[in-house]
Parts: sequence; structure tokens; C-alpha cells
Amino acid sequence: MILPALFFYLFAAVCVASAVMVIVSKNPVHSVLYLILAFVNASGLFVLMGAEFLAMILVVVYVGAVAVLFLFVIMMLDVDFTELREGFLQYMPIGLVIGGIFLFELLLTVSYWVIDPAKPKAITAAIPANVSNTEALGLVLYTKYIHYFQLAGMVLLVAMIGAIVLTLRHKANVKRQDINVQNARTPEMAMVVRKVAVGQGLQDADAAEWVK
Amino acid sequence: MTIGLGHYLSVAAMLFTLGILGIFLNRKNIIVILMSVELILLAVNINLVAFSTFLGDIVGQVFALLVLTVAAAEAAIGLAVLVVYFRNRGSIAVEDVNLMKG
Repeated sequence: MILPALFFYLFAAVCVASAVMVIVSKNPVHSVLYLILAFVNASGLFVLMGAEFLAMILVVVYVGAVAVLFLFVIMMLDVDFTELREGFLQYMPIGLVIGGIFLFELLLTVSYWVIDPAKPKAITAAIPANVSNTEALGLVLYTKYIHYFQLAGMVLLVAMIGAIVLTLRHKANVKRQDINVQNARTPEMAMVVRKVAVGQGLQDADAAEWVK
Repeated sequence: MTIGLGHYLSVAAMLFTLGILGIFLNRKNIIVILMSVELILLAVNINLVAFSTFLGDIVGQVFALLVLTVAAAEAAIGLAVLVVYFRNRGSIAVEDVNLMKG
């Protein structure tokens, strides 16, 4: 029984340590990499708890999508990150005081709090025995909570459309294909027939128009 | 030496506190603030999954899945707003965000 405890402390320690590095490291790229480490260790904690599906989803969604998105944005923006760190030490004392008090209160609550065994449990959907975690989740998610599932899909759709609408821009000097204009083109619109005098060629006055 | 609910809740409490501390310390860098929000949401997820597995109720994990969805959407929208803001102002410092003051 010592092995799960050992792994719990390993994952928890690395997770908290990398969370510390996320907020104190100088370079935001390092912050993102530590964020990835924190998420991977948190998914290890999920596996220890027996929530394998969420553990894998955490790795896929956070490490595969969100963290890479952060990396892209950091690398594409030309920002001087050192000047953004001004005031770090100035806010350190007040931040540490507030964080310390907050953590103390939370840990106090967690350590003294127990579930009253006399109270009846109000379990909505018990985890079924001899069924894998993914199947158990699917049995509930696609039946009882189908509306929440669809609502989550709608949230993602709105986020996707919103991100595209926000960042899309039409540059004036970029030529784009307009099928209607192309189809409406006639020979009269596209070419000009000129009489060229023998031995003289096109005059300079015609040339400017000719180029068009 | 057995790991109970309190252990997981303690880890989640530490992550939550670190997320809040990150918002305090990096008041100018909005990218690190967004990462701190992700840490806070991760702490919430650990809480939900811990209660779910220790009480034997799968609904907590369903809810954690929804929190995960919202976190991903929030990161995408937040970074899109950040990119647009950087295009307009050439900086991402939080205290420069005063266009709405009039």
C-alpha cells in the first residue's frame, strides 16, 4: 500500500513546485512549459484517484491545445517581457501575506472538516461496479446530462467563432478571388482593340491606358 | 500512510492559492495572469474529481469535464482578445488597458 502514497506525494510535490515556477519564472515560455508539467502531474493525480478518462482528457486538451496556444501567442507577440516584470518584488510581500492567510484558512478547513457518517448520502449517479471509468462516465454523460454535454459543445462553438471573428482582418492590399466578378467578365471589359498606324506603333498617349 | 480525501483537497488548495498569488505578483503580464487562471481552474477540477471518487458519485467528473470545456474556451477567447489588443496598442501591459475611460 506504500506505492500509491509514494506516487501521490511525487505527483503532488512536482505539481505544486511547477505551479510555483509558473508564477515566478522570468521567461513566459518557461512558465508555459512548467504549466504543462503541472498539468501532466495533475493528470497523474487523476489516475491515482481512478478518473482515467479525465486524466487523458486533461493531457489532450491542456497540453495539446491550450498550452500550445499559449506558446504560439507568446512567440508571435513581440513583447519585452522584462519590463512587464516591474513591480514583482513590490507586490511580493502583500501577495505572500494574502496568499499565506488564504492557504492557512483553506488547509484549516480541509483538515478539520469531516463528512457526518450519520447523514444519508445524496448520491445522484453512483459509480457502477466492474465498469471502466470511461464507460461509467459515458453512461451518465450521454443520457442524464446530454443537455449539459450539448451546451458544452455550444460553448466551444461560440468560443471558436469568437476567436476567429476577433482575430480575422481583411488587408486592403491583398487580392482575393471574387467568383461573381470573374464570371461576369466579358471580352469588352477585358480587352481594348486599337488601330495602330503603320510604321508608328502605339503612341505614348495610348500607352498609359494600354497598361491598364 | 493511506491517502484520503484531505490530501487531494490540500493539493488543490495549494494550487488555488498559487494561482491567486500569481495574479498578485504578475500584475502587469496578462499572459501569466491567464496561466494563473488556468491553475485555479485545475485546482477546482482536482476538488471535483476528488469528491467524485471518494463519495462514489460520477456526476462530479461530468462537472469537471464541463469546467475543462469552459477553461479551454476561456483560454482561446482570452488569447484572441490579447492578440487584437497587441495589434492595436503594441503592448500587453495591463495598466495600459484604459481605452474605455473616455
